Amino acid sequence: MADQIQTIQEQVLRARSNGQKLNIVGGGSKSFMGRQSDADASTLSLAEHTGVVEYHPVELVLTVRAGTTLKEIEAVLAEQGQCLHFEPPHFGDASTIGGTMACNLSGPARPWAGSVRDQVLGIRLMNGKGEHLRFGGQVMKNVAGYDVSRLQAGAMGTLGVITEISLKVMPKPAATVTLVREMAMDEVVEYMNRRAGEPKPITGACWVDGKVYLRLAGAKSAVEATAEKWGGEVMAEGDQFWREVQDMQHGFFDDPEAPLWRFSLDSTARTPELEGPWMIDWVGSQRWYRGQASLSDLEPLARAAGGQVSLFRGGDRTAEVMHSQPEALKTIQRRVKHSFDPDGIFNPGRLYSWL
Amino acid sequence: MNTQSRISKSRLAEQFRAFIDPDFVITDDETLKPYECDGLAMYREMPMLVVLPETVEQVQRVMRICHENGVPVVARGAGTGLCAGAMPHKEGVVLSLAKFNQILNIDPIGRTARLQPGVRNLAISEEAAQYGLYYGPDPSSQIACTIGGNVAENSGGVHCLKYGLTVHNILSVEMITAEGDRVTVGSDGLDSCGMDLLALLTGSEGLLGVVTEVKVKLLPKPEVAQVIMAGFDSIEKAGDAVGGVISHGIIPGGLEMMDGHAIVAADDFCGAGYPRDAKALLLCEVDGTEEEVHEHIAEAEALFRKLGATSIRTSQSEEERALLWKGRKSAFPAVGRISPDYYCMDGTIPRRYLAKVLLEMEKMSEEFGLRVANVFHAGDGNLHPLILFDANVPGEFERTEAFGSKILELCVEVGGCITGEHGVGVEKIRQMAVQFNDDELQQFQDVKAAFDPTGILNPGKGVPTLKFCQEYRSIEHKQHKHEEADTAHG
Repeated sequence: MADQIQTIQEQVLRARSNGQKLNIVGGGSKSFMGRQSDADASTLSLAEHTGVVEYHPVELVLTVRAGTTLKEIEAVLAEQGQCLHFEPPHFGDASTIGGTMACNLSGPARPWAGSVRDQVLGIRLMNGKGEHLRFGGQVMKNVAGYDVSRLQAGAMGTLGVITEISLKVMPKPAATVTLVREMAMDEVVEYMNRRAGEPKPITGACWVDGKVYLRLAGAKSAVEATAEKWGGEVMAEGDQFWREVQDMQHGFFDDPEAPLWRFSLDSTARTPELEGPWMIDWVGSQRWYRGQASLSDLEPLARAAGGQVSLFRGGDRTAEVMHSQPEALKTIQRRVKHSFDPDGIFNPGRLYSWL
Repeated sequence: MNTQSRISKSRLAEQFRAFIDPDFVITDDETLKPYECDGLAMYREMPMLVVLPETVEQVQRVMRICHENGVPVVARGAGTGLCAGAMPHKEGVVLSLAKFNQILNIDPIGRTARLQPGVRNLAISEEAAQYGLYYGPDPSSQIACTIGGNVAENSGGVHCLKYGLTVHNILSVEMITAEGDRVTVGSDGLDSCGMDLLALLTGSEGLLGVVTEVKVKLLPKPEVAQVIMAGFDSIEKAGDAVGGVISHGIIPGGLEMMDGHAIVAADDFCGAGYPRDAKALLLCEVDGTEEEVHEHIAEAEALFRKLGATSIRTSQSEEERALLWKGRKSAFPAVGRISPDYYCMDGTIPRRYLAKVLLEMEKMSEEFGLRVANVFHAGDGNLHPLILFDANVPGEFERTEAFGSKILELCVEVGGCITGEHGVGVEKIRQMAVQFNDDELQQFQDVKAAFDPTGILNPGKGVPTLKFCQEYRSIEHKQHKHEEADTAHG
């Protein structure tokens, strides 16, 4: 456990007075995400700012410093039979909760458990003026003031340094079963959506390599009865499959040459017609595509399917990697950025070139 | 912030009437009167005028005209809010979205609904029922409140612990910005690129934009729901039982607590068969598949018994379930029957401080000479103390407000917040300074300015400004005098 607030604050204030830029880094496991970091910026490390501040299993609330690794958090929760049920991906052991929040990452349970943004109850944030602010809190319901905590999800550190996070945690499911069956890509989207529309304890629906995987989790009797009703082969290594999807260790993600694109779409939309392999997760809401393409070519396809596309890994990271924003929202986000970070110290250009 | 209008009422009305049905540009006092307050009727103000557009283009033109002329705009749904968030501005326009009441589309396969902002919360679930779906958040006002208002307040209800708040159940909103731009925030996918502006807008009380369309997620209706009613002879034991169920790994669909005063009032009101001698009552609803409910109900019953429940009753039919809930759902009118007026508070606390907070509240009740009954969303820590008073007794409302303030300060002191689901509005604007320091409040103001540089959207609500503090000085002064009078009495 270590509280590094003073060091962090000094570094921010120094950067501000010197006109220096800062790259905020937790475990450094997500350096491949977003646009290339500003080479002239110095590193603001959160790696030493670690530790559980408070944990009340009965309240389902955990408060941790932002540099705490997911691995450590999950170990602490497991002792009490609890978990981060949004299943954040671990890109190695170094992945931290702060980085997870900044990138708004979540795993296969996302359609049911929400993302990290859904489970955040409050944060502490160092803004560009070196002010250490507290937003939200440690309670499930809180509508006092704007939801600045969730605003950080996906902002990739452009608004400030997240120093502490309070999260809702949940009990681990008592039983889990994975069902698998072969299915063609053009049938699977409707199939998964129909299953998700049944009042059954489903917490995963993913298609890859011609097979659809459904995960049931919850009370043992309910999981068993549903598995019986739905049929399909019960997968012995089900947990391992979901772990590989969660951490992007599945064979689908292997090819380092082909850029990896993330489509976030209407769950029922037709998959865009592109040459190359797909993985369809989140009942169809998240579709991974591997292939050479340009963002400007893919954007209209994503838009036609009700959603957005981003270049998740690989490709040209000096160009834009995130779905473009309409002018009016660009203006607002520039102003929001300015309101937190008037001198543009934090992660310049990491999210968008204009931010 | 600039809220000084640069246009006369008649000139503004004339401009609106050029593109909106003149009957729906309201300027006469008699027709304006119903708009002077929302569900918190103690706070009233007559607006300059009310306008009811019927197309998004008209909303956009209204916003552009108001922006050009520095006219404050207060967006309004059904007016059921409980924090005076929709109270008009005396030099401003009330922008009613009442005509936007259409369900535009329901996608039964994708489990979503596209809605105009004036659609009533309950109407969504009623329409989705034919597909075995429903909309999760169910605030008590769901029969009347609208989805646009729900977005503005981030409304909850009794099922939040398991199914989340409004912010967890919406995919996107279309809104008109203060400057009159029409934008969509969020998408049909679950995650969108960039800052999470959708979360920021949810619960922003009409201060950041005017919502003109909402896309919500729908959930499959659970196969079965059963409720356990458990009586306890102390608040502490009931509180422990709540923790016991949750740490056992059961997340109830609803978990409500009532104190002794509320139990008796509710039982008198509707004959739900509550244990009248109990000091605390829990209603614990478990929903899911038949197997799951069967398993969890048995476990929860056993736990309650072990943790000292003095009585236990589990619903065996839908009728019985409805009856057990009826007492809780009618707690407010029931309390209304035993007192001429009541004032509902909305603080949230970490559950472990429940007994401490209720005990302190009882002490305060004696100090202020006002009774208080408590209903409590126990699962998520959201307290609704109902302070009983008589508005016809001079000074009693002021004393009630002072009591309410103390309760909210206590909630913050134990690590909670001043409002769980009703919002800040005008009502709790002074307590914002208890929960947030000046730097934090300034950051909120700066965020507001990013969306609304001239400050025309719902000025004077949500986040205190220097100007607002000045306006409130007279009330603070009055209250201060009252406290002196109280001291003199004591």
